[in-house]
Amino acid sequence: MIARTQRNLIPFALGLGTLIAAIAFMELLIRVGLVNRFIVPMPSQIAGAFERVIVEEDIPHRFLVTAREALWATTLLAVFGIGIGILLYRVKLLRDATETWVAAMASAPTVLMYPLFLVIFGRSEKTIIMMGFVAGLPAVILKTIEGLAGTRRVLVDVGRSLKLSEVQLFWKIYFPAAMPTIFVGMRLGMIFALINIVGVEFLINFGGLGQLINDLAERYDLPGTYAAICFVILVSVLFFFLTDRLEKWLRPAD
Amino acid sequence: MAETGRLTAPAAPLASPVTLVRVAIIAGVLVTWEAVAASGLLFRDVVPSLLVIARALTELLMDKSYYWHLGVTASEIGIAMLIGGLAGLAVGILLGSNRLLGRAYEAYLYYLGPTPKIIFFPVMIMWFGVGPGSKVAMGTISCFFPVALSAAAGMRQINPILISVGRSFRASTWQMVTKIYLPAMRHPIINGVRLGLGVAIIGTLLAETKLSNRGIGFLIINAYSTFNMPRMYALLIVLFVLSIGVNALVGKLGGVDSIKR
Repeated sequence: MIARTQRNLIPFALGLGTLIAAIAFMELLIRVGLVNRFIVPMPSQIAGAFERVIVEEDIPHRFLVTAREALWATTLLAVFGIGIGILLYRVKLLRDATETWVAAMASAPTVLMYPLFLVIFGRSEKTIIMMGFVAGLPAVILKTIEGLAGTRRVLVDVGRSLKLSEVQLFWKIYFPAAMPTIFVGMRLGMIFALINIVGVEFLINFGGLGQLINDLAERYDLPGTYAAICFVILVSVLFFFLTDRLEKWLRPAD
Repeated sequence: MAETGRLTAPAAPLASPVTLVRVAIIAGVLVTWEAVAASGLLFRDVVPSLLVIARALTELLMDKSYYWHLGVTASEIGIAMLIGGLAGLAVGILLGSNRLLGRAYEAYLYYLGPTPKIIFFPVMIMWFGVGPGSKVAMGTISCFFPVALSAAAGMRQINPILISVGRSFRASTWQMVTKIYLPAMRHPIINGVRLGLGVAIIGTLLAETKLSNRGIGFLIINAYSTFNMPRMYALLIVLFVLSIGVNALVGKLGGVDSIKR
């Protein structure tokens, strides 16, 4: 037990130590003038700017705005993504005809449609939500199909032996069996949605956390800009970490 | 002797049901599009007629300056892939070959990978200016993470026997990389490059839409600014076809399914 803890502690300490050393080294380089402090602010200044940015720029409100957009996009993904996935699984001909199209959409740079969405929905939260939704949709559809198609034959046979109707078979057998894979799709979709939401907020200078970075950069508030970037990174890392843990809990066998 | 009838194969259908469904979907979308364009339900030009889009597409493809802008974007993405891809490959091989380093640093790559890279653009402008440098930098940081993570995972999947054989021949580090590691992890690397290329295209083009006077991203945002919707649709169509095509091509090079993930 102790040996195992030590085995985990050494890499953790090495990673964290390197990060702290890199930050301290950068502070030193800026202080001695080797790095221009008007281009890269000192890490101590960035740390000091955190409180100012949180209080003066009303980070909690901006966080809630971004969270609300992400929640709307997630709801749309759950309704339409899972719904279309189920439809394509049930209607095999439709699935054979369109599955490659959906997969191709997953590799298309859909976020570049944001000027088009700006024209359609205006410079509003709708544009941001729709961009998040479009970005995450293919992943949810494909994983829903994969999850339903991967239902174990024995479970379906048990359902049929109990004379379940098609609807019962779906809700009692197929859907619960596909849930872990559908969650993987939802997680991927939510990550793509969050990336696009913050990105489009930044690009169109509207909304929550993304707009804050743009605002601070335009004001040439460098420590504030870096602090806001660090905050967004922390939020997305935390989000990714929590959904990762949830996925591992749902799929312990993986 | 019994007379045997001549066996004739049933006439093959003109098109498979899947093809028919595809044609029906495409036809349905096009007819709906044209109906919406003609109905005037939306603001004028938000949904332009297909003929107008086709004309804009033809004009775009005949326009010499378009190819210059395409060249600018392609070179930015190419340089970004070269820098980010090679850096990602080197870091991935290092982390994948050393258990301690992998466990110490890979978590940072894993969790930083999915962050929205466009938020670094103000920093990149400060560091590299408003010219192509900042766009290349955006593409570089975008593609670095998928390539590094794929290379690290690929390193761990190499058959240990291959590594033992290389060591028994006393291969140098360079020989190990070029003769053992890279050929053995061709598929994960190509997969990483494919993912990296996708995000490098997005990173570079988004940066161009934000602040630039050249490149495809600039043309898209310029079409938006002048409300030239047919041109914007034409640009997006060409961009999507090119992106999906390049992605599929890179996938084919590695012998992996090009589009399905």
